[in-house]
Amino acid sequence: MLRLISLGLFIVVWTVAAQFAGPRLLPAPQAVALALFAEASSGALFTNLAATLARVAAAFAIAMTLGTVAGLAMGRSRAADRFGDPWLVVLLNLPALVIIVLAYIWAGLTETAAIAAVALNKLPLVTVTVREGARSLDRQFDEMAQVFRMGAWTRLRHVIMPQLAPYIAAAARSGLSLVWKIVLIVELLGRSNGVGFEIGVAFQLFDVTLILAYALAFVAVMLVIETFLVQPLERHVSRWRPSPA
Amino acid sequence: MSPGGAPAQLDVRIVQKTFSATLGGTRCVIADLAFRLGYGELGALIGPSGCGKTTLLRIIAGLDRDYAGTVQLPRHGKLGMMFQEPRLLPWRTVEENVQLAAPDATPDALAALFDIAGLTTHRRHYPGELSFGLARRVALARAFAVEPDLLLLDEPFGSLDSTLAAQLGQALVELVVRNPVTTLLVTHDIDEAIGLADRLFLLSASPCRVIGDMPIEIPRSARTPLNVAAVRAEIVRIRDQAG
Repeated sequence: MLRLISLGLFIVVWTVAAQFAGPRLLPAPQAVALALFAEASSGALFTNLAATLARVAAAFAIAMTLGTVAGLAMGRSRAADRFGDPWLVVLLNLPALVIIVLAYIWAGLTETAAIAAVALNKLPLVTVTVREGARSLDRQFDEMAQVFRMGAWTRLRHVIMPQLAPYIAAAARSGLSLVWKIVLIVELLGRSNGVGFEIGVAFQLFDVTLILAYALAFVAVMLVIETFLVQPLERHVSRWRPSPA
Repeated sequence: MSPGGAPAQLDVRIVQKTFSATLGGTRCVIADLAFRLGYGELGALIGPSGCGKTTLLRIIAGLDRDYAGTVQLPRHGKLGMMFQEPRLLPWRTVEENVQLAAPDATPDALAALFDIAGLTTHRRHYPGELSFGLARRVALARAFAVEPDLLLLDEPFGSLDSTLAAQLGQALVELVVRNPVTTLLVTHDIDEAIGLADRLFLLSASPCRVIGDMPIEIPRSARTPLNVAAVRAEIVRIRDQAG
């Protein structure tokens, strides 16, 4: 209920602000809704959303997988930590734009370059978060697994991953929003479809209505993913926790 | 010293085990400790708190390799262990906890095991939903489920009230009788050890060594309070002798 009030307030503020700023700088919500409808009925909205979403999914999956592996290795082994740390520092401090531009120069304006650049931006953050989790793994469970001679797969799946789950969930949460923001930049700079590309076109035409239409459409998609995918998954993973009294 | 001439199943000889102290220097916890246990025997290590019993058990379990000496495990050396804390995976059910440790256990064997341990109604519960006494029983069931060659029990009845401890002891005896396994039990409770064990090893205060090796000849089921008192008196005598 409070969320609805908050959302209503947002639209009211927007409408009022649009009155003052004029339709060129800030179009009213109705205008944006109409533009959204037009894009949807021409089919362009869904093609672009799908293209962006596919890139987000690919980059996200790559960054999460590699980042979890690297973070687990660095959290468990001192040698791996020493070895990987300089790389991590470099990647963490390299601006997203630099990685994107270099990827395009080295690999051409290709899909691979685009996805790799986004994944590389997200990767160090996943690694750092998962490393933190791997460092806090409970030694008692390691010993138990050792005494009972559990296999490597059993240990990973039933002993280690459940302990890492909160860290991976945190990395996934922050990752999803970061990845989609970077995907837009990648599309703006070197792709010929997707939400970022459309926003680039709208920018050249100073078409604020279209920019807002695409931005809102994608935010809505991410909200749906968060509500129907991320949150249920989190609930499933933490089902064993006794519910707080 | 080998009982009945049978080859020892567990042969422990620890020359020395030291820990480096926080402020430099070392602290010796085990020195010149040796004992043997025969097939199917239930041995109890009795000693004062903090004498290094848990360290000793960790060495036997292979969790601590930083010591001077040798540990000869039974053939195959499959271990079942009950730690001081239950150490159950909280994100897996009771049943899964046992199955993960013993993937080869048959459903029938598991059902029988859960029955004896009084866990049949708790199979699908998560450890967080169990009382401490129940969690201990799950840990016991897990240790037995692997059909170990050597069973290690670290203070299995510690911090349980006497009723719960008696229940758990009953389950333990029932399991051992059903499926004889060489067992080493660590405890500071003398009566509990006398009631359960075939052989008692008295440990000195730190640094820990064996000051008495006492087989109990009377069968477990025939032991009376009088027998227990006699053994207890003997233990006190040996302790006094050792100083």
